[in-house]
Amino acid sequence: MASLLTLAFKLLINDRAKFAALILGLTFSVFLMVQMISMFSGILLRASSTVLNTGASLWVMDPAVTTVANSIPMPDYVLDAVRSLDGVRYAVPFYSGGALVKLRDGTYQSVNVIGLDDTSLVGRPPLLEGRIEDLYADNAFVVVRDAEYDKLERPTVGTTFEINDHRSVVVGLAAAPVSGLFGIPTLYTTYRRAIEYIPSTRFTLSYILVEPKSVDRLPQIQAEVARLGYRALTADEFVHQITLFYMFRTGVGTNLLIMTAISFLVGLSISGQTFYTFILENLERFGAPKAIGAKARDLIEVILFQALLTSLTGYGLGVGLCAVLIALAKVRLPDYSSTITYANLLLAFVMVLVIAGISSYVGIRKVIRLEPFDIFRG
Amino acid sequence: MKWFGEGPTRTDAIRGVSLDAHFGEMLYIVGPSGSGKTTLLSILSGILRPSSGTVVVQGQEIWRLDEDALAEFRLHTLGFVFQDYHLFPRLTTAENVAIPLILRRRPWAEALHTALRFLEIVGLESRAELPPIKLSGGEQQRVAIARAIVAEPDILILDEPTASLDGETGRRIVEFIRTQILSAARCIVVVTHDARIAEFADRTITMEDGRITQVVESAARAQ
Repeated sequence: MASLLTLAFKLLINDRAKFAALILGLTFSVFLMVQMISMFSGILLRASSTVLNTGASLWVMDPAVTTVANSIPMPDYVLDAVRSLDGVRYAVPFYSGGALVKLRDGTYQSVNVIGLDDTSLVGRPPLLEGRIEDLYADNAFVVVRDAEYDKLERPTVGTTFEINDHRSVVVGLAAAPVSGLFGIPTLYTTYRRAIEYIPSTRFTLSYILVEPKSVDRLPQIQAEVARLGYRALTADEFVHQITLFYMFRTGVGTNLLIMTAISFLVGLSISGQTFYTFILENLERFGAPKAIGAKARDLIEVILFQALLTSLTGYGLGVGLCAVLIALAKVRLPDYSSTITYANLLLAFVMVLVIAGISSYVGIRKVIRLEPFDIFRG
Repeated sequence: MKWFGEGPTRTDAIRGVSLDAHFGEMLYIVGPSGSGKTTLLSILSGILRPSSGTVVVQGQEIWRLDEDALAEFRLHTLGFVFQDYHLFPRLTTAENVAIPLILRRRPWAEALHTALRFLEIVGLESRAELPPIKLSGGEQQRVAIARAIVAEPDILILDEPTASLDGETGRRIVEFIRTQILSAARCIVVVTHDARIAEFADRTITMEDGRITQVVESAARAQ
């Protein structure tokens, strides 16, 4: 079998023009597919940044909430009710809302303010500078040093500014595993300070963060929260819900899906057409091995190998090109949100296999139907 | 017998042909275009199924075999030299010659080594690394011959071996086949309408209109 594959390899690469056309077409197609999917993955990751950065096991929310950014305030009694549930180790309030920061030059910058439970500071970020206990000081805020950090004129510990006309002091700089989606800086403070600084509706409770006594109590807690008329989602479930929202209830998912499908069709048509032409040009020569004694499966092996080789080579080059360009883009634009995940790579790989399969089917059909008698006829 | 089509459109390509061939013999099948030579050759080679009748090779009725077994039969028993050579332009001469061995699943290096040996036999070892396009018509024909004999088949089938060659070259090619390739353990069947190479046949079968019209034992047989 190895010698037959060597023959297939030589037949392919010695036709430099066709091979180059196949590789270029597939590389371009894979690049487009991976780029589209990665962009979408980056968007989804950023959309769930608050959930991922907070690290809570269970999130209690109004049942109408679709994404973490669009919280619906709940009355305070819900917190007491959740705390009283059997199986709950603790439950703490969590605030998330928007505010305006007045910068030194007098301009304003929108920010996202996270209010952590005053007692426990559950959901606090890891600090790069400062101490988290300093959040208990007057007017204290922690600034997240992420891609949006520069928009606050790079504050350090001790920097003061106004938030919604309230004096504020930076007591720490925090790291964030995932940056936010909307391109605005994130600040942490205590829950009470957040609801004091930021105008709100009658109810102020954005979410309740819950830690169960054990993991197997989660379903029970979720059921009892549902009986209260609210919804409790694990972090994974919340991220999944956010993903579905952006995929199916905004134009983002649909448009990127269309672009990905177009990229797939581009790759398929280039590969299929070029491969078909390659087979046609060599068709009568394939007749000679058939007459000599090649079985149908020998020829199928040759064509399948050629299709797989070009597809996998194009896949590798396309993924590599995409990774390099994303890395370069992030050097220039630190908040460029594209993420190549294993799921992206697997999806692109499956699509490449489909391209290889369809391209080789087109060629195989032609070769299998070839009558060796035709080469005698000349 | 072999016919194409049915009813009013039926065309009889071979009508009641019966012949035999022997090891150590160079058998010519001659006749004008359309006489059924190529059709007969294809039936004898296990490539075209007859409408009726049998083909027995070394005691085996080949048309009782399935497609894969027929392919195996051709691979192990027959060697082909096609009228237009049908060499792969993207492979070297040696790689083209090695194809029958590769189809027999011989390792690549071993197949190439054997191919080189047979290129020596046909006097083209210096051309081993060249693609066929860089060879003359006669050289390509010799490459095709080397490919046909590299697996040492019992039966060699040549379809119009001199069609693309000038008279002198064609004659030399067939003389080479007669003297270097034909042996007591091999049978060579040549389809041709080239009178210039008639002297090399042991027996000449003339076909016309799908029938054998004449069988001539030639002087070469006595030698």
